[in-house]
Amino acid sequence: MSSDSITAQDIAQREYRAGFVTDIESESVPAGLSEDVIRLISAKKGEPEWLLEWRLKAYRHWLTMKEPTWANVHHPPIDYQSIVYYSAPKQKKDGPKSLAEVDPKLLETYEKLGVPLHERAKLAGVAVDAVFDSVSVATTFREKLEEVGVIFCSFSEAVQKHPELVRKWLGSVVPYTDNFFATLNSAVFTDGSFCYVPKGVRCPMELSTYFRINAANTGQFERTLIIAEEGAYVSYLEGCTAPIRDENQLHAAVVELIALDHGQIKYSTVQNWYPGDKEGRGGIYNFVTKRGKCLGRASKISWTQVETGSAITWKYPSCILQGDDSVGEFYSVALANNYQQADTGTKMIHIGKNTRSTIISKGISAGHGQNTYRGLVRIGKAADDSRNYSQCDSLLLGDLCGAHTFPYIEVLNSTAQMEHEASTSKIGEDQLFYFQQRGIAPEDAVSMIVNGFCKEVFKELPMEFAVEAQKLLGVSLEGSVG
Amino acid sequence: MLEVEDLHASANGREILKGVDLAVKAGEVHAIMGPNGSGKSTLAHVIAGRPGYEVTRGRVLYKGQDLLAMTPEARAREGVFLAFQYPVEIPGVSNVYFLKAALNAIRKHRGQSELDAMDFLSLVKEKAKLVDIDESLVKRPVNEGFSGGEKKRNEIFQMAILDPQLAVLDETDSGLDIDALRIVAGGVNQLRTPERAIVLVTHYQRLLDYIVPDVVHVLLDGRIVKSGDKELARELEARGYEWLEAPAAP
Repeated sequence: MSSDSITAQDIAQREYRAGFVTDIESESVPAGLSEDVIRLISAKKGEPEWLLEWRLKAYRHWLTMKEPTWANVHHPPIDYQSIVYYSAPKQKKDGPKSLAEVDPKLLETYEKLGVPLHERAKLAGVAVDAVFDSVSVATTFREKLEEVGVIFCSFSEAVQKHPELVRKWLGSVVPYTDNFFATLNSAVFTDGSFCYVPKGVRCPMELSTYFRINAANTGQFERTLIIAEEGAYVSYLEGCTAPIRDENQLHAAVVELIALDHGQIKYSTVQNWYPGDKEGRGGIYNFVTKRGKCLGRASKISWTQVETGSAITWKYPSCILQGDDSVGEFYSVALANNYQQADTGTKMIHIGKNTRSTIISKGISAGHGQNTYRGLVRIGKAADDSRNYSQCDSLLLGDLCGAHTFPYIEVLNSTAQMEHEASTSKIGEDQLFYFQQRGIAPEDAVSMIVNGFCKEVFKELPMEFAVEAQKLLGVSLEGSVG
Repeated sequence: MLEVEDLHASANGREILKGVDLAVKAGEVHAIMGPNGSGKSTLAHVIAGRPGYEVTRGRVLYKGQDLLAMTPEARAREGVFLAFQYPVEIPGVSNVYFLKAALNAIRKHRGQSELDAMDFLSLVKEKAKLVDIDESLVKRPVNEGFSGGEKKRNEIFQMAILDPQLAVLDETDSGLDIDALRIVAGGVNQLRTPERAIVLVTHYQRLLDYIVPDVVHVLLDGRIVKSGDKELARELEARGYEWLEAPAAP
């Protein structure tokens, strides 16, 4: 491949289709972190005293913590005082009451991203909460969901309207002391989605949140909380994009899921934060803590993630299988192209009896990308007859990338059954030539092989998004052959 | 159809083809025989455009076009097919999906409409009979876990689906037992049409008992040293290659 710097830039622009900036007036707090900034954020959101106290406790704890270094990722030190912790598009009044009041520029932004917020548009069967920088700008289909008792709104609104639910569950899965990035999030989180599905209700549509970072030098710290009561079911999907910028931006989110007796939560992620350019400049640092607790009997939490973006991905969507007969699942496709680094995996903590977990991880490395699977399966003393099946496959494109696997297994109960399979394969020149000899261009060959490799995970995605994910993977791999 | 003129090609800096001349017309079947290392497979690979070879002299014309200037996929779309000696396994991609993508790429190039799933499946059924390939193999990932014989059969099956104008079969007989050989040869014979040219690269005369060639060439040390009819193949079987090994200077 030979190209001068201008065409290389063009290619990078073309490949990352969500890289535009929305020109919108925003309101930000000054860069830097202090108790004053936290008070300011809390005041802007009109939060109750207990929440401010919780934030401040988290902040004070965070000051005693050090950034973790165990992950297989490398980056220059992050200057936490240069980050803007709150940025929101300016609004005329208190906030839009309905879609009709949302700034047309914002609607246009989501339209361009393929997430129209008009309820009759393409995503007619999906309710969307749109989070722009630090705030939620719109949530669709709320009335329809309210009819069956499902609460789906921004986190800030939940704090105002359902404080008892937020207070009961916030931090119950990921406590504010959990880890460096989760603790930072607890101190400064600005918005996110909240979802509550009452007893016995099967949520009638897919719920989704679309996260967008727009403003420069701004971090996004959102918090998502989903609760499935007894016998409830919900399928939720999040998508993420950001403009192309030369500086790195921090995204440190926390997601907590709680499933009570026979409750089921299916959580899918299509993460396409800006990955940086071909030389590794810019891109999002994606340090995320996601954890679900199967609190009730025979409850089930299933994570599916397609991670194609971000300069660095550091996330381990996990399940605490506390209820007897509960089930945890983790299906993952992680891609590291150019200079991307991904250190991702899961933790399956078996506490209850007869708990089961499945881990299917597919890592794809291309260019100089480094892809690490890191996973823990822990079978506790009381977790009789528990089972885990893990499969970790790596696919390499080219000679400069890397794939690493760190499976940790701790078994404290001798009745457990564990299975672990792993494989590493490489798309070889001979395979590409075989496709070419049959008339198929190398780019198409790579996408067919990669899609075949990821099939088991893609089939777990909600139908509407499986196709998107396939296309996204194709785009993310453009230019990795040759 | 195919004209190879004074073709010189090397791999890793070592010259393997040292001036090959070959002309194949539509409707003809040519056999290229020769001992190990004589350059048979290299010739097949250079025609198909496999990376790793450098053509240092000469040219290859296909239907009057400069074949060497075309990408491998462009050659395939123009109707050049190579049945591989060692077909690779492609995990995760089913044979059916692979072939449909290939056929539609070729059809698109020809200005034909893409085949839909139903039409394609009936084509698969029809051609699967030709080489007696089990339909379960068609649904499995390309070549994955196939036996040697199944892989070779799959190559001929693909050839039947893609309907090439020039088919180069690289040692398609190697590793086949006699029954499989008969089936594969039967498949090839059915694909023998007045429009199609076939080049059989082979080690043994055995295959030529089933697919009777119009012309037999002997490739020795990178050059075609002798050409003749099918009787030449029998003579080689009886006498080996030694008697040809010191070609007289022209």
